[in-house]
Amino acid sequence: MKQTETARKPVKSRAAGRRRNLWLDTMVLPGAIWLLLIRYLPMFGIVLAFKNYKAQRPNTFWNNILKSKWVGLDNFQFLKSPDTAIMIRNTLGYNILWIILGLIISVAFAVMMSELTNRLMAKTYQTMMFFPYFLSWVVASYFVLAFLDPTSGMIPAMQKASGGAVTNFYHETRWWPLILTLCNLWKNIGYSSVLYLAAITGIDTTQYEAAAVDGATKWQQVWHVTLPNIRTMIVILLIMNVGKIFNADFGLFYNVPQNSGSLYPVTQVVDTYVYRAYANTHNIGMSSAAGFLQSAVGLICIVAANTVVRKIDSESSLF
Amino acid sequence: MTTAAAGTGKKIRGRTASLNRFGKGTQAGFHIVLGIFALLCIIPFLFVIIISFTSEESIRQIGYSFHPLSWSSQAYQYTFQLGDQLWRSYFNSFLITVIGTVLSVLITFLYAYPLFRRDYRRRNFFNFLSFFTMIFGGGLVPTFVICKSVLGLSDNYAALIVPMLFSPFNVIIMRTFFQTSVPTELIEAATIDGSGEYRTLFQIVFPIVTPGIATIALLVALGYWNEWFLSLLYINKNMEIIPLQYLLMRMQRNADFLAKNSAMIGADASKAAAQLPSQTLKMALVVFIVVPIACAYPFFQRYVVAGLTVGSVKG
Repeated sequence: MKQTETARKPVKSRAAGRRRNLWLDTMVLPGAIWLLLIRYLPMFGIVLAFKNYKAQRPNTFWNNILKSKWVGLDNFQFLKSPDTAIMIRNTLGYNILWIILGLIISVAFAVMMSELTNRLMAKTYQTMMFFPYFLSWVVASYFVLAFLDPTSGMIPAMQKASGGAVTNFYHETRWWPLILTLCNLWKNIGYSSVLYLAAITGIDTTQYEAAAVDGATKWQQVWHVTLPNIRTMIVILLIMNVGKIFNADFGLFYNVPQNSGSLYPVTQVVDTYVYRAYANTHNIGMSSAAGFLQSAVGLICIVAANTVVRKIDSESSLF
Repeated sequence: MTTAAAGTGKKIRGRTASLNRFGKGTQAGFHIVLGIFALLCIIPFLFVIIISFTSEESIRQIGYSFHPLSWSSQAYQYTFQLGDQLWRSYFNSFLITVIGTVLSVLITFLYAYPLFRRDYRRRNFFNFLSFFTMIFGGGLVPTFVICKSVLGLSDNYAALIVPMLFSPFNVIIMRTFFQTSVPTELIEAATIDGSGEYRTLFQIVFPIVTPGIATIALLVALGYWNEWFLSLLYINKNMEIIPLQYLLMRMQRNADFLAKNSAMIGADASKAAAQLPSQTLKMALVVFIVVPIACAYPFFQRYVVAGLTVGSVKG
């Protein structure tokens, strides 16, 4: 009796399992359709980078794509222009600087917060620091405007009051590397220090006790217990950021400098370049080409970064 | 013997206690550094609130200041006088946030659940389908062109909601919540008891993962509330449907945008535009945007921290 039951069970459960799988399919469906339409369909649009997109007859999108002429790498001519070099320099330069600064400052803040004996104050600091992360760059650009606005901003107004020369911030390039850096740190430090703080809180306290028994001072404990414990996380976040080194925060570079043309030499990055190439000149071919290069380089960077991470700690790798 | 051991134990504990925290001076230094940075994080917002209550006269004389010469609520009065574009945008922001969040959470929840089920055969395939879009994409322009000309996302609410409905990052966070809080035995037991897949999901699994749902909902809601890029891309003519963020962005270069788009016409509109307290008005709009976030912030911070630490490394 019992034997026949166990013998029959796999057959029955295989059919039932298939039916269950079909139900699960229906759950995945809405998300899958979205992915296909909004993410995968545009990947075919990459052919735009190799075509001279012109309106054809009848003027429908697919017909336009099909009948437009192949132009090979003509759309990639923009790579030769000096603007491109500046844009690449800005993207990489800001990213490298911010990865380093962000890492040092947020780890330092996380260690400090974890060491405060007054937990209420530590919590308060964390809450205040995390706040800018939830605001948009449009809002942040008004915060910057409040200080730098040429007619009534706080700094120009103070310069006027003291009779000195008034700085027109939205036309002077030399201040912007500093301003953008401050904005980036202001918005993101709270977030990244909370991440590190979570990792530090998870460290087994007996390690500190053991170190203290051995006579380690608190500074030595930070150096020999805290930092080694979060080293893997530091390395992984670092490499992941390096993987995104060819991406820039569009809102920061577009809204905070008020889209001011005279600041382009220090504010133009890949993302704004692609957008402006399309919005200002409607050059679909060239902007698609630039976007395609960004996607391709981004893919290479992230795969390389992931390979490195997997060597260090396979648990933390993205794939 | 025992008392001696206890004695040394106490001595060691006493010494370790002093070694286990930084001295008063160092702690004070930490407080200063962290305190200054923490203040800098909220001072700009306080400054903008002050400006929004400053009189135009004071701004004309000494510019924006933490100590204005005189106060005024004129900017806020104006928001009521020529407010139809403003309130419509405010309404749009809420509408887009609510609809977008509900749909997005539902789709994410449904997509993440089968990916957590070990007995789901197409698990790896759909995992990859979502994951691959995190590392490669068609780029801005092809995506824009296809959404606009093929999918009809242009000058309508759908254009402001659909492109952000789904995020592989949120799927990973949600899946992790399933993995850490839902025991496989529970689902097996429900299946043996004859519960259908959807019933298991909504009646048994859903109540367990509500913290995960809350986290995703908050992240998505913040994303929609702060959204302006989609308006920049997809809204050309239909200014009736733009959210507050984009209205604010338009006003940066076009101070009388609000007056022009209000119900007033002709001479009235130009008169209104001429006497507009444009600077304080813009700052008042910033306050309108930030206040809902600032009010909800103490409550949602915990959830967002939980979600982001889960998704940080894997994201």
